[in-house]
Amino acid sequence: MTYRAEFLRRLYFRLPAIGIFVGGLIVWEGLVRAFDIKGFILPAPTAIATTFATETADLLTAGVGTFSTALAGLLLGGLLAVLTALAAARWRFVRDGALPFAIAANSTPIIVLAPIANSWFGLRSPFGSIFVVAILVFFPVMINLVRGLLSVDASEIELMDSYAAGRRTTLWKLQFPHSTPYLFSALKVAAALSLIGAIVKEFFGGSQERLGQYITTKAGLLQFEEAWAAIVLASLFGIALYNIVVLIERRVIPWHVSVRNA
Amino acid sequence: MSALSLRGVEKVFNPGSDQEVRAVHGVDLSVERGEFISVIGPSGCGKSTLLRLIGDLTPPSSGTVLVNGKTPAKARLDRDYGMVFQSATLLEWRRVQANVELPLEIMGMDAAERSRQAAAMLELVQLDRFANHYPWQLSGGMQQRVAIARALVFKPSILLMDEPFGALDEMTRERMQSELLRIRAETGTTVVFVTHSIPEAVFLSTRVVIMSPRPGTITEVVDIDLPEPRSDETREDQHFFELLTGVREGLRAVEDS
Ligand SMILES: Nc1ncnc2c1ncn2[C@@H]1O[C@H](COP(=O)(O)OP(=O)(O)O)[C@@H](O)[C@H]1O
Ligand SMILES: [Mg+2]
Repeated sequence: MTYRAEFLRRLYFRLPAIGIFVGGLIVWEGLVRAFDIKGFILPAPTAIATTFATETADLLTAGVGTFSTALAGLLLGGLLAVLTALAAARWRFVRDGALPFAIAANSTPIIVLAPIANSWFGLRSPFGSIFVVAILVFFPVMINLVRGLLSVDASEIELMDSYAAGRRTTLWKLQFPHSTPYLFSALKVAAALSLIGAIVKEFFGGSQERLGQYITTKAGLLQFEEAWAAIVLASLFGIALYNIVVLIERRVIPWHVSVRNA
Repeated sequence: MSALSLRGVEKVFNPGSDQEVRAVHGVDLSVERGEFISVIGPSGCGKSTLLRLIGDLTPPSSGTVLVNGKTPAKARLDRDYGMVFQSATLLEWRRVQANVELPLEIMGMDAAERSRQAAAMLELVQLDRFANHYPWQLSGGMQQRVAIARALVFKPSILLMDEPFGALDEMTRERMQSELLRIRAETGTTVVFVTHSIPEAVFLSTRVVIMSPRPGTITEVVDIDLPEPRSDETREDQHFFELLTGVREGLRAVEDS
């Protein structure tokens, strides 16, 4: 198939989604105009787009700042989660000691730490946000990865036993590769969580050059087009982060069912 | 020294509870180096358990198992066993070549050498053209051949196989049987082979062990004195049919009891 034909084929399958997107925008614009809806309730798409053009520099600064914070928190929380999960899979006492607390923590709304983080790290420090994001990401990634590491077939463990493979070899050559799909599905959830965490934390203070502060400030000044432009930007960054994880996933686990035919 | 010696081997699962199962009972068996032993019997009679006892995947409740004069635990640590299970259990993230290299990798062989040996083994099972495929891209029979290549690549002295061809169609199965005999002739490995197919057991073996259930015990051992090497003509030999009948009658006696 030629490159052009492949492109057209893909476009064809995307048509319904594109249609709904464009249609949604038109309906939105039409409703705002027809009922003369005020900007503080819902600005028109065209008004938001115009704001994007005029406020590009400020928006991008805030967006990139928040995105970097979320990314740093995601990497830190993810790394700590992987290390903890490996330790939990390797040593029973780590698993028995730590896992009940992790599962409990995972079902609490950790985001409530956001206002507290300021008093720990100071209002201006980026580490407060990174800390909140890292904690938010840590538990689901760790728990999912432990589940993956422990869900290998008994017959595969026996295969490793028959080669007289040690515990560490079994962990590296069997359990860890087996668990990578679990890791990636957790990271995809964590990618969205990390931006939520970063922005909510910013609602409670911190640098003005961040999306959370930008949105609260502009809304306070009744500049709703600016606030909405920031909200749209936050969504775009969220989608971007998710897709980065998906791209890495495709490279790392091309063998997995979820990726094979994608 | 025999390759395998079992004396009064007993396996009771969940002893003392209401789920107690006497899976293997009073098994005595001696296997010489290079023999091909098939174990046959109705399902649930303890064939897999017997194989797992030999392979140190489960400890006996009583009795002794000696493998090359050693305990099964020692034999396993010495990597005396190659095992092939009913399902191929290939690692899905490894390509065929890497799957066959796995045991060599664990044993710490250097990359060039293990690549060479795995490639040679893939040639032996006639899958060299599929070295770069993932397991899911192969048919069930091909996957099972990869599993056999993987079990043989480190030249274990004993091959333990649990219904390895159970999932294959009849034609593939017969081809695999011939291939297994050819490989064994080249490697001189001792084989303990669990099956519930009578022709398969007779075609492959030097001796066929018949087991009965509840408790799982050996009721009869049939010598298979067919000429070597076995071939497709063997399957049409008059004596082959006589042996089939012998094993079938042995099994029927077990089922009726
Ligand atoms: N891990 C186990 N725990 C409890 N019972 C078992 C276990 N493994 C096998 N058994 C029982 O032992 C008996 C023999 O099983 P098995 O060796 O798998 O038979 P076969 O391979 O001949 O079909 C069966 O009754 C089975 O239920
Ligand atoms: Mg069985």
